Amino acid sequence: MNDLPPYPPIDPTTFDLIVIGTGLPESIVAAAASTASKSVLHLDPNPFYGSHFSSLSLTDFPSFLTSHSLSTSPSPQSNGHHNFTVLDFATRPLYSSLDISSFSPHLLHQHSRKFNIDVAGPRVFFCADKSIDLMLKSGASQYLEFKSIDATFLGDDKGNLWSVPDSRAAIFKDKSLGLMEKNQLMRFFKLVQGHLAGEQGIKISEEDLQSPFVDFLNKMGLPPKIKSFILYAIAMVDYDQEDVGVCRDLLKTKDGIDQLALYNASVGRFPNALGALIYPIYGQGELSQAFCRRAAVKGCLYVLRMPVTALLVDKDNGCYKGVRLASGQDLFSKKLILDPSFTVPLPLGSSPPHPLQEKFPLCSLRDDRGKVARGICITKNSLKPEISNFLVVYPPRSLFPEQVTSIRLLQIGSNLAVCPADMFVLYISALCNDDDQGKKLLHSVMNTLLTVPVSINSESNAAVQSETAESSFTAQSDAGEGKPTLLWSALYIQELTLGQVEFICSAPMPDGKLNYNDLVDVTVKFFEEIYRNEEFFPEASSEFSEDDGGIALET
Amino acid sequence: MHGRPRKVPKPEDEAASAAKAQKLRALQTQFFSYHHNKIYTKEAVELSAKLLEINPESYTAWNYRKLAVEHYLNQPESNPDSVKSIIDDELRVVESALRQNFKSYGAWHHRKWVLSKGHASIDHELRLVNKFQKADSRNFHAWNYRRFVAELMNRSEQDELKYTEDMINTNFSNYSAWHNRSVLLSNLLEKKAEGFLSKENVLPEEYEFIHQAIFTDPDDQSGWFYHLWLLDQTVKTDSPLLVSSWPSHGSDILLMVDRCHNVSAFSPFTTLHSDSGSFPIVLYFNQSVEGVSSFTVTVESGFNKSEDLVWKPLSVSNSQAAQVWVAHLKFSTSELHSSVEIRVGHSKGITSTRGFQYSYPSVFSFKVNVQPIERDSSQGSVAENILWREENFKVYGTQSEESIPIVSFDQLSLRNGPEPTASNWRAEALAKEIECFRELLSLMDCKIGKLTLARLLMAYDAMSFSCANKLVHSEVLELYSDLMKLDPSHYQYYKDEHSLVLLQQVTSCRESLLKHCFQYMDSISSTICNPICLRLNNLSLSRMGAFEKLLWVQILDLGHNELQSIEGLEAMQLLSCLSLRNNKLRSFTALDPLRKLKSLRVLDISYNQIGEHSIDTTRYLCSSPLSHSVGSEWNKDETVIGDVTLINYWEAFFIFKELNLKQLDIMGNEIADEKFKLILVKLMPTLKQLDGELLG
Repeated sequence: MNDLPPYPPIDPTTFDLIVIGTGLPESIVAAAASTASKSVLHLDPNPFYGSHFSSLSLTDFPSFLTSHSLSTSPSPQSNGHHNFTVLDFATRPLYSSLDISSFSPHLLHQHSRKFNIDVAGPRVFFCADKSIDLMLKSGASQYLEFKSIDATFLGDDKGNLWSVPDSRAAIFKDKSLGLMEKNQLMRFFKLVQGHLAGEQGIKISEEDLQSPFVDFLNKMGLPPKIKSFILYAIAMVDYDQEDVGVCRDLLKTKDGIDQLALYNASVGRFPNALGALIYPIYGQGELSQAFCRRAAVKGCLYVLRMPVTALLVDKDNGCYKGVRLASGQDLFSKKLILDPSFTVPLPLGSSPPHPLQEKFPLCSLRDDRGKVARGICITKNSLKPEISNFLVVYPPRSLFPEQVTSIRLLQIGSNLAVCPADMFVLYISALCNDDDQGKKLLHSVMNTLLTVPVSINSESNAAVQSETAESSFTAQSDAGEGKPTLLWSALYIQELTLGQVEFICSAPMPDGKLNYNDLVDVTVKFFEEIYRNEEFFPEASSEFSEDDGGIALET
Repeated sequence: MHGRPRKVPKPEDEAASAAKAQKLRALQTQFFSYHHNKIYTKEAVELSAKLLEINPESYTAWNYRKLAVEHYLNQPESNPDSVKSIIDDELRVVESALRQNFKSYGAWHHRKWVLSKGHASIDHELRLVNKFQKADSRNFHAWNYRRFVAELMNRSEQDELKYTEDMINTNFSNYSAWHNRSVLLSNLLEKKAEGFLSKENVLPEEYEFIHQAIFTDPDDQSGWFYHLWLLDQTVKTDSPLLVSSWPSHGSDILLMVDRCHNVSAFSPFTTLHSDSGSFPIVLYFNQSVEGVSSFTVTVESGFNKSEDLVWKPLSVSNSQAAQVWVAHLKFSTSELHSSVEIRVGHSKGITSTRGFQYSYPSVFSFKVNVQPIERDSSQGSVAENILWREENFKVYGTQSEESIPIVSFDQLSLRNGPEPTASNWRAEALAKEIECFRELLSLMDCKIGKLTLARLLMAYDAMSFSCANKLVHSEVLELYSDLMKLDPSHYQYYKDEHSLVLLQQVTSCRESLLKHCFQYMDSISSTICNPICLRLNNLSLSRMGAFEKLLWVQILDLGHNELQSIEGLEAMQLLSCLSLRNNKLRSFTALDPLRKLKSLRVLDISYNQIGEHSIDTTRYLCSSPLSHSVGSEWNKDETVIGDVTLINYWEAFFIFKELNLKQLDIMGNEIADEKFKLILVKLMPTLKQLDGELLG
């Protein structure tokens, strides 16, 4: 404790809610609670907003991931207190198999601060999704600016990118579909639109709605190519829908149609947006920050760079009382929300009072859905000439036979202020069961699309080896078969944890989805569990009506 | 804008609009006082600008501004600077008016007017029009103006074509863009601009392009319209063609000066009775042409050594253009055998109504044999007295070697047709389209797809000339039958098309035509030299067609059909007996083509609906309401015959006064009362029999 910098004491010391960690769900709840006139203290041990949802510079990024790759046991230092038990926090590893390679350290070092690398990429917004609605409703949208994602492609193992005919105009323009396929696809879209609009004579039967979406697509006689477009590039399904053995998220027709409806409603929701998808300027970390700002406006108190060390629990009834900061100060609140990296191990050998045991089932947070493999690549050339921001989906089995989940890749260019001019950041993700499988998925995409400089075999000590790599890299930079050359990459496997609502709450980690729809759902539930009688961002709280507010979209 | 729901006005909106109207009225009063007193002061002109900003539809205000501009431009002290500021002012006013209503006719027109004064810079205009087209890509005013600006700027048509492509790519449901594309392509093809030398190279790409739209969304009509235009471009030959004639090439014609028993070896198809000393020559073109004369059509024969033939256009609307032309060639009994050779278009002068020259000179010839007078016939002329009874018609037993006119006009078409190589790509393009739409229809039921396929099949059929594949007619008939069921609101159109195809089928080959050929024989006259009677009765025809193949017909039975009109029948110059009984003719106007049939002697229009409808709707069924000229030769003196006023029957009067009928059946029509019959008898002194009763 002596090593720590002197922290200013926080005043007051009692709050309605203490939130630790500025990840997106925590920030949304902080903003919602502040809006509901709760006194909120929002702490983050990091010097930046966003935690696992942040966008970081090229230097901050590795250290953040590294620091969350280890588990730390609490140092037995806590002093007891006459009123409460002190339980030291431990952290658990959330990232594993971290593998960072730099093939051009000098170049990247020069610009290191110009990068805003998303920790939870790839991520985009559907213009009509719940997170956009939430931003508009909460007023957070006024702190954000967006740009359109120019296109969506379906990738194959040859490195081809096929544009996804996701609208009437796109079907018309598409060069890869035959006339019959165009007709089939458009008729399918019309059927769905007619069904959704409740048009006369167009109704998808209840039986069909309850059946698997893939069966329905088969019933409609759609060819495999079009099925892939719909399932993986529009409905964004993760698991192979045609292999019941491996599929863990078999999509029902009803839900598939909801996905199409979301996509359809997204196209053209904002006049400036080109397609369904948008991305925030300066990266996804802006989102958490926007909600924190919103919370601050509503009176929430923010303290960054403030580690917390222990949980304070009532000696008599085992109820949560407060937290102890790294400064040694004890703060008290009725409710607590914790960043997912914290756990509270019970002191060894001490058998806590009975009520305490009941209230800390904190060990069962692991999501049974496995893990998500994430990869980040930096290149000097776009994968597709003339457009810089786009999404690529590799449906299951498109790259290798054992590929059971979709792999998604998002390329973002410098016009979104996430990297220096003339560079591109590629985010890749796929669900996986274990680290090896995850890495294989990431590598298969990278090998298909990128020239990976050969001389380097990067382990976690890449920095040392990269000096030698530099020369070999420059020699062959333009040699590869027209594929962009990799400048830097980071591959890691992220744990999927569900949020947990008890009398202290643990926020969820970023999920494996492309948008925040599910996370927003979880967060809303979270809030409602904590504050059963409070409205989540009541309509009146927004000073900006949707008419003049809207979403700031740069074209 | 399209697809935007109208908002229901709230009470406060109504109050606001009342206040606005109040203000507008005040402005207007002031404006009119300036206008009437021709006051063009700065203040007055500004007031009109204010008025237009609120109400861009005020035409008078636009006109006032035009006057004001003229007034200032004519000032002796006007200089380039002042002119520019005047013009700029106008453009500004238009722009703010358009911001108020970007579909204001007056504003767009004013802008054109200002630009046509020639003092304004036009660079800004394209940007302006781009802005408006971005706001609403289907604003046809903006498209219209764009064409104007593009022309003024001398912007290349290729660039504009590219622009339509971009607009179509953004949203292919855009009539204006497709339309503009067709206009630009027509111009480029006509100019033979680089890359647009021939349709052969351009049209297949366009077909490819439009398929994307049609297949993506067959329910969207804009694409189909463009496809129809493409089809027209593919099928249409610019220069007119001679399609058929009477007499046909290579035929032997027997002219009988009087009726007789002696048939000799001549076929009843080519035997013609003539007591006028002349016979008609009919030229049938594929489109309306002008300039058919003794200069452009030369006739060589033993008969007319000195005399020039007079060619008359056969059109209901007395215009100088017609698809069918007729001349009467006098023959002499001194020359019993002669061959006639007719050369069409060897001298220039025959042009289509669109200005294209007749460019495939053709020759056809036939022989004429005159049967001299043999006065021994005591019996009445058959063709002047017919009982339209079933038992009086005998199926024509054909002599196998006999020439039937249809064969010869097929040959004629071939000889006249454009170079076969030139039409190859057309046939190929059509074949490809046919395949394409068959595939579409295999996927889905699509009305307009069926209609297009039917049109394509018929176009392809017309192009292939051969008798070989006549199955196509059955397929097309089935398509139209389907459409009648699927799309009842356009039933009559499909029915008409169905009729035309059926007639094509009937006339497509010898066998099918012969099934409809009968010989008339009644108990009184047993003569067998009567001409063939073509019976197209009971076919549920709603429209008559295939005239080019029926020029030879002298007796025609169209009874028991659903005809509402007989448009085009004027081509059948040889017609002497016609039955239209039991049809749906609604007025005498519908019989207008009969006025051109000088040989008509027997007419049966019994059991129609003439007189049932107080308003003569037939006029509006014709291709153009303007094509009718009935009444133009109205003569007041003729309005009274005896003591009967014709005023209520003037339509009947115009039809019948020009006919030399001997037999007329009119019973079973609302109009045919005793009084009317009386008029008819007085109108036609030649009439011998009316509704089966012999006239004294």
